[in-house]
Amino acid sequence: MSDMTDTSGPVLAADGTPLKRSLAKALRRQKLRALMLIAPLLLFILVSFILPIGDMLYRSVENKIVVNTLPRSVEALSGWDADSGELPDEAVFAAMAADLKEAYEARAHTRVGSRLNYEYPGISSVFRKSGRSAGRFDLESGGPWKDVLIDLDDGWADQGVWRTIQTYSPPVTSGYFLNAVDMRVGPDGAEMRPEAERIYMNLLVRTLWMSLLITFSCIVLAYPVAWLLANLPTRQANLLMILVLLPFWTSLLVRTSAWKILLQQQGVINDILVWVGLVDDNARLIIINNQFGTIVAMTHILLPFMILPMYSVMQTIPPSYLRAAKSLGATEWTAFWRVYFPQTIPGIGAGSILVFILAIGYYITPALVGGTKGTFISNQIAFHISTSLNWGLASALGAILLAVVLVLYWAYDKIVGIDNVKLG
Amino acid sequence: MADAASNDGFVVFDRVQKSYDGETLVVKDLNLSIARGEFLTMLGPSGSGKTTCLMMLAGFETATHGDIRLDGQPINNIPPHKRGIGMVFQNYALFPHMTVAENLAFPLEVRKIGKSEREAKVKRALDMVQMGAFGGRRPAQLSGGQQQRIALARALVFEPELVLMDEPLGALDKQLREHMQFEITRLAHDLGITTVYVTHDQTEALTMSDNVAVFDDGRIQQLAPPDLLYEKPENSFVAQFIGENNTLEGVVTEMKGDTCIVKLDDGEVIDATPINVSNVGDRTLVSIRPERVEYNKDRLQQGVHTLKAEVLEFIYMGDIFRTRLRVAGNDEFIIKTRNAPDVERLTPGQQIEIGWLPADCRALDT
Repeated sequence: MSDMTDTSGPVLAADGTPLKRSLAKALRRQKLRALMLIAPLLLFILVSFILPIGDMLYRSVENKIVVNTLPRSVEALSGWDADSGELPDEAVFAAMAADLKEAYEARAHTRVGSRLNYEYPGISSVFRKSGRSAGRFDLESGGPWKDVLIDLDDGWADQGVWRTIQTYSPPVTSGYFLNAVDMRVGPDGAEMRPEAERIYMNLLVRTLWMSLLITFSCIVLAYPVAWLLANLPTRQANLLMILVLLPFWTSLLVRTSAWKILLQQQGVINDILVWVGLVDDNARLIIINNQFGTIVAMTHILLPFMILPMYSVMQTIPPSYLRAAKSLGATEWTAFWRVYFPQTIPGIGAGSILVFILAIGYYITPALVGGTKGTFISNQIAFHISTSLNWGLASALGAILLAVVLVLYWAYDKIVGIDNVKLG
Repeated sequence: MADAASNDGFVVFDRVQKSYDGETLVVKDLNLSIARGEFLTMLGPSGSGKTTCLMMLAGFETATHGDIRLDGQPINNIPPHKRGIGMVFQNYALFPHMTVAENLAFPLEVRKIGKSEREAKVKRALDMVQMGAFGGRRPAQLSGGQQQRIALARALVFEPELVLMDEPLGALDKQLREHMQFEITRLAHDLGITTVYVTHDQTEALTMSDNVAVFDDGRIQQLAPPDLLYEKPENSFVAQFIGENNTLEGVVTEMKGDTCIVKLDDGEVIDATPINVSNVGDRTLVSIRPERVEYNKDRLQQGVHTLKAEVLEFIYMGDIFRTRLRVAGNDEFIIKTRNAPDVERLTPGQQIEIGWLPADCRALDT
């Protein structure tokens, strides 16, 4: 009792050390053991997930290739005023000749060319052509380099080429990000690209909009199924659950291809509509390789991700709530809308977040059934990763996608509250 | 009991049957009439059909056969929300996403009652259960007893004439339960509402009700006020289900008007009151309440048969003594005596003689 009533100073353990330290010491072993248990997963996630994401974020701004390949030119160009209306002076051309010779020997001139070509189309051929001859440059006695270079390729007489090299010489660039939002660095700083060249913002808006549509159709379709699952007798509910899970056991490609067969113009659905007489044989519906096809196929594929969280929430709502509401005088509809539905919102929220986030990054299905109008931003990312090899732009697009998801998550937390999400 | 279902009751079950699977009847030929303002308890073991009856009355189950009438009107085809019956559920069923006040306002809102009147009624109902300060809380922030009060207030706030309660006190601890029993009966009587209360707790049934209907096997075994139910059970199920009870088996050997002589299986003979035995030679189960057994020779009535008994166990319980005896081959014969200065405390192994008034010993069906 005397220890308890003594409130002056920190509480001490039996041996005189402060209780807090004593407690921490006692718990250290436990904490250490817990850490050991999660260590394999932690390492796995670190190596296979966190580091690649970090690398991707870095790539979206990294731009060392210009300063590394053309160090002399970059330095010489720093004194040139791009708005003067004149080409850089002989010193810059000499530096460029030296850089090109070295780059040719290291076989790096085409790479820097392709890098700059993202920003100024045509520049890559300038580097390729000049690079070939640069190997024969005699740096001591040759020159004047201005004439030599312009002779090799008249691109060197274009101020835009020099402006581009100058603009993209710092080791860090915002160019990829500007490109990803359809902007570019013009003479007066960042500006929108011409209307015809804008791709990514439209694509991003389309991706978000279609993901919303898919999420919404999932909610509408999943709600009654989840309700049935939660309210049928166990035997029937189990059977229904198997039917819900069946798509999970089938390959994604198979499911998507099945939709191709169903929806194509000579496909099953069109055949039936023609046979019934709803659609003329000459005016078969185009319901694949467009946005409609993508929405149908993705709604089907993502449906289980909506049904399962809804089901697990509905399962916890005892039927007595509905009975209570009815005994209090509510009609079936009022009882559902005022009492049952509000309690299922956590399930809807969890399912929606899951489906929306999965949809926004979906790639295979839009690629297969989306045609040109129904593809997502992830298809562009894949294109830049594997075809155009513009990894910086792909990284910037990916980073923007990540940011959008995080912002939406934050907004959801503000509006609905993340505590209201129940996955089971 | 068929005549109990007269047409003048406020709630009438008229030859009601209920089957879920089409093969067995859960409720068999139920006839019951509940008067206006009556507090009726349906008591019975689980699976006896009592909750089914309540659900049929509330409208959540339909009767397979027969009529249920409320105030003279058949209600078989009226949906639950139009019956205007208040109901308190076993788990309270308070809507977790609404505050206490919103819960109480819900039945008023769906009845399109204006805001100011609604607020006044909610306040009155909350005050009635002494929860006036809790209107803004969520149900999850309340204790079990408080939730119980809110559930009660919600069932009463729209002023129904009939309130149904489905084991409402089952989740509360003993002390709180006793307090709420008192509170519920007080409210029911003060407001003059008719109450149908379902429970499997016989103490609850005895202390709260005007009438108790004992259910077993889909039938009402006995419908009576609590004192009659306890003192004059009409069959062996009721005798054993209500309170503690000693039973002895035997055969009726002689009928003497109000009393009869029963020869027990081990050859001993006792006096009893015939209840549902009518002929000499009928097998019977004799029932005696533990507190009606007398072993003080001075107090035994002259001329009645007594039985030899051996004391097996003596349990001191404070206000009473509970003694286990071996009587006529039955090792579970219990007697209860008040802890009074003049009462002899028995010791195990002691041989005594016991007896009772023939009126307290009822010869029932086997």
